[in-house]
Amino acid sequence: MSFEPRILGFLCNWCSYAGADLAGVSRIQYPPNIRVIRVMCSGRVDPEFIFKALKLGIDGVIITGCHPGDCHYIEGNYEAVKKFELVQKLLSKLNMEKRIRLEWVSASEGNRFAEVITDFTNQIKELGPSPLSGKDLDMELMEKLEALEMAAESYRLRALVGRERKITEQENVYGEKYPKEKFDNLFDAAINNEYIRNRILLSLEKNPKSVKDLATQLNIDSKEILNHILVLKGRNQVAMEDIIENQPIYLNVMER
Amino acid sequence: MEKVGAVLIVGAGIGGSQAALDLAESGYKAYLIESTTSIGGVMAQLDKTFPTNDCAICIVSPKLVEAGRHPNIDIKINAVIDSFSGEPGNFTANITEKTLYIDMEKCTGCGVCGQECPVEAIDVFNEGLSLKGATSVKYPQAVPLVFAIDRDYCIGCGICKGVCKAKAIDYDLEDKKSELKVGAVILSLGFDEFEPNNMKHYGYGIYDNVVTSIQFERILSASGPFSGKVLRPSDGSTPSKVAFLHCVGSRDPKFGQEYCSSVCCMYTCKEAVIAKEHMEGLEPTIFSMDIRAYGKDFDKYIERAQNEYGVRYIRSRISSITEIPETKDLKLSYEDEKGRVIQEIYNMVILGVGLNPPKDAKYIAEKFGVELNEYGFINAKPLSPVETSRPGVFVCGACSSPKDIPETVIEASGAAGKVNEILSPVRDTLVTKKEYPNEIDISGKEPRVGVFVCHCGINIGGYVDVPEVMKYARTLPNVVLADMNLYTCSADTQTLIKDKIKEFNINRVIVASCTPRTHEPLFQETIREAGLNRFLFQMTNIRDQCSWVHMHQPEEATEKAKDLVRMAVAKSRINEALETFELKVTPIALIIGGGVAGMTAALNFANQGFQAYIIEKEKQLGGFALKIYETLEGDNIQEFIQDLIKKVNSEEKIQVFLEANIEVIDGYVGNFISTVNYGPNKTSTQLDHGVVLVATGGNEYKPKEYLYGEVPNIITQQELEEKLFTSSEIQKKKSIVMIQCVGSRNDEHPYCSRTCCAEAIKNALNIKKKNPEAEVVILFRDIRTYGFKEKYYRKARENGVLFIRFDKEKPPQISKENENLKVSIESQKMGKITLNSDLIVLSSGIVAPAEGNEVLAKMVKVPLNEDKFFLEAHVKLRPVDFATEGIFLCGTAHGPATISESIAQANSAVSRATTILSKETLLIGGAVSVVDKDICTGCKICVRICPFNAIVKDEEGYAYVQEALCKGCGLCSASCPEKAITTKHFTNEQILSEIYALGGKEVI
Repeated sequence: MSFEPRILGFLCNWCSYAGADLAGVSRIQYPPNIRVIRVMCSGRVDPEFIFKALKLGIDGVIITGCHPGDCHYIEGNYEAVKKFELVQKLLSKLNMEKRIRLEWVSASEGNRFAEVITDFTNQIKELGPSPLSGKDLDMELMEKLEALEMAAESYRLRALVGRERKITEQENVYGEKYPKEKFDNLFDAAINNEYIRNRILLSLEKNPKSVKDLATQLNIDSKEILNHILVLKGRNQVAMEDIIENQPIYLNVMER
Repeated sequence: MEKVGAVLIVGAGIGGSQAALDLAESGYKAYLIESTTSIGGVMAQLDKTFPTNDCAICIVSPKLVEAGRHPNIDIKINAVIDSFSGEPGNFTANITEKTLYIDMEKCTGCGVCGQECPVEAIDVFNEGLSLKGATSVKYPQAVPLVFAIDRDYCIGCGICKGVCKAKAIDYDLEDKKSELKVGAVILSLGFDEFEPNNMKHYGYGIYDNVVTSIQFERILSASGPFSGKVLRPSDGSTPSKVAFLHCVGSRDPKFGQEYCSSVCCMYTCKEAVIAKEHMEGLEPTIFSMDIRAYGKDFDKYIERAQNEYGVRYIRSRISSITEIPETKDLKLSYEDEKGRVIQEIYNMVILGVGLNPPKDAKYIAEKFGVELNEYGFINAKPLSPVETSRPGVFVCGACSSPKDIPETVIEASGAAGKVNEILSPVRDTLVTKKEYPNEIDISGKEPRVGVFVCHCGINIGGYVDVPEVMKYARTLPNVVLADMNLYTCSADTQTLIKDKIKEFNINRVIVASCTPRTHEPLFQETIREAGLNRFLFQMTNIRDQCSWVHMHQPEEATEKAKDLVRMAVAKSRINEALETFELKVTPIALIIGGGVAGMTAALNFANQGFQAYIIEKEKQLGGFALKIYETLEGDNIQEFIQDLIKKVNSEEKIQVFLEANIEVIDGYVGNFISTVNYGPNKTSTQLDHGVVLVATGGNEYKPKEYLYGEVPNIITQQELEEKLFTSSEIQKKKSIVMIQCVGSRNDEHPYCSRTCCAEAIKNALNIKKKNPEAEVVILFRDIRTYGFKEKYYRKARENGVLFIRFDKEKPPQISKENENLKVSIESQKMGKITLNSDLIVLSSGIVAPAEGNEVLAKMVKVPLNEDKFFLEAHVKLRPVDFATEGIFLCGTAHGPATISESIAQANSAVSRATTILSKETLLIGGAVSVVDKDICTGCKICVRICPFNAIVKDEEGYAYVQEALCKGCGLCSASCPEKAITTKHFTNEQILSEIYALGGKEVI
């Protein structure tokens, strides 16, 4: 039997949901793989929703909103872009960024809705089943995805995403536009760091480890690990448990 | 004399129902009188509507249900008018409600009486294509849903009384007479279709496979005699070649009527498209004289029909049809454009019958003392399109001239708008406030979910295994009831849902049917009536986004429907009851645009006692109409417009801002605050208002083609009209050539400008009047003199105006030799010809003021269509509303329109706006955001992100949501770094529950 992916769609109420309805009224056929959750605005889609869906083994997630400028909530779709970019950047670390998509479909574009869904369904079919679907779960991948989700959920990344448009497109508190390029560099570094830190946290959650253990396990330079450990210690997320053979052993002290 | 705050509405089709709803929502009692046994009229009989292919019953049903349950609407069915007297503001009508022999109060509409009736009678609703009992209901979704005995057929066997469990049948029940006191009347009688019985050459009534378009509409309907399959009445076989004939009984003084019936070009196209959708392989051919696709987005529809559906158009009128006795096929003879006689065989023929005045028009006109026009329609004048000859008696819809659904709805609200003008002093004197039962407190109670799965006729049930979905729903957690219904939206199902809520102690309701965009309010209302908070309702879309888009994959569609139901159940279990609160309304209207539409609206508001502001960008009021001198029908527009301006200027309640532009519109329905800059110095002022009317109008297209601007004797129709009325220059011209569709129906402006055909004919007739010797030639693609305008097209031809058709691909060519202009054209009929001309007139179309419209659209958050005209909330049933509450549109802002149409739209928009302005308070709240102070850090990300400035910092520095401004988009929730904000009804928990349900996990 051919692979029939499970696809989750978030449709904004005003444009895309109406566009999907129009596809129906016009009887435009598209693959039956998509299951739709209606949200009022594409900007309502919290990155958490996408990670939760992927962790459940859903093969693809598509978000559709009003065309730029058409948003019923003025700029909600622009916020959707920012959140989507965050998720996309995170997922690219696991080569899973092609499993998600953001598209604009208006209330008068029944045809386009069907085309977009058909195209995305085909794309997911080509990618094959999610490595997190089925019975034999890739637990390592799951842990990585978990770390990505935790990064996306972190105050730091959410705050940066929430402020990005204000400080790069309008003005920051000094009345300046913060250069987009500089922001991107900072943001990309933050994404990377928060991802690794959360991987460290997850690893330490299972059992306490030394910097060396972590460096071997995560295949990352010891010095970098140490820096992350220091940050996490500063956040009161890890603590030193013991020193064994000159190696401080750290453990995760977060409440979950 | 004392005025009465009630209105009599005669005829309860879509027009009457809309008028009743508007008036009932504006504080009046509405008596809705219907001659048959249920409301809905012809629209309820239609399968789909053009140009969106919306399912007619799907969109009209919620409206009918709303009318049926509105506390201020009293529906009188099976009723006739006996007498009428009085004067505007205080009339008396005597009516008789003929007995149904069934007690309406007791009848549950269960239908057992009809099933057991041994008599077979003709089913009028199905246009005689099927049979029904002598005891019957008009159609399955009928409002009110009561059965009736038809004494013409009943043999008096008494069986129905025996089987009726509700004891509703009473053969002694007598006619009921009553006297109604009303302040005004609206006649919304609708139309009767032309009966082609006397057209022997078409063989209607003789050949089985010749049917009328309205019969075909029932054939196409899923709830019709053939369940939506296209079958031949002669043998039930599926036809492959089907012919549609235009103008049957229209534009045909010999056998039918002289006028154009306005709607047939579009409905035949729609029927051809839908037939093709229902039956793949069908080959539809439409025989037409002109294709009159003059409405908004109509031309695009025709093009789609031709290009995507392969609908074939042939320009010809069929001269005769003969039946081939062996096959019952039909031989059609016609003359093609080149004059060749052609014969073709078709399996089935559909006669596109015209719209006649309603059969009871004469009776009603006599009773109400109103004039009929030369064609037997109720007479309404172009500049007072919803007024009859008797003050206080108004008219709307097809009983005053043939028209389509949106125009009928516009006029219905327009007539309601005029009623408001005379009855506003007695508003709220005769109304009953809708009382809901106390809300059941569900806090802390275990969720008890009821799931109602809809068949929607065959719309869902034909593709999705509905019983299977229902059974599956029963296995889901907390589901205490899963049921299925033929039409979950019908009036009887609403009663059933309420009963089941009580019986099973249900505290969460799910309907799996069509789209929540149209039907959620209906079901929310239903559960409120059963004592449940409306937010305890959850809808899932297994039709528009499932059965209709996976028609060829029934198994997959069924699996999808099951998943969707499971997701809905998961969310429903954690849905919460939410509170609403009252918000004060500023009873002032802001009108953008001071043309005919804007001024008409302002005067109506003022007459009702509401204040109105007019924002006009020019230095003077009047707009487009300032350049028009006369209508096609001969009304003096200059006089009219000056009179209108005078009235506006002398009206205290209207404040006019000239050279004005709006800088910003803040706020929301009931409470807008706008900043307006006006006058030569751009003085800035702030205005409070409760509604916004967009009446920004349109402009004449400035031709870039046909040497316009290069040669002085090439002018536009508008310029010609001015010259005709202000100089004698035109009298000297000997040979005038007019070119139609300049800047219309092309790649740049793909729409029809609607008014130019009539403009050309008006000016041509004027030229002929002033100089009968002048030669006038009109080069056209289609002459679109819809409705009674057809009379003038005929007159122009009689007066010697020559009409020559050209194809889009082969437009006329103009060349200039010295002072002589030559127009060469390739005509199907005459081949290549060249005309000498001393004046060329370009019928340039109407274009939207694109830039201004774009700015305004962004400012008030409303959409534009591809042609930059404003896009209404729904093309059929909400033609002057926007999706955003409190904002309305009228006139050319909506699309090209005549002055008459603009006036109707203006009054219509006023009526819609009055449903808000007439209320002291509006209910607001419900699905809004709320901040958890314990988690909030005061970072202000939400304050910046909220598009409506609804979030502010409170005294302690925490974020705080002003509920009145919150629209519940949820941007703040998705952005808050600490997840301190919850958007009610779309909480993280609720959305995640759906994701988990899809992923196969029940709870988070």
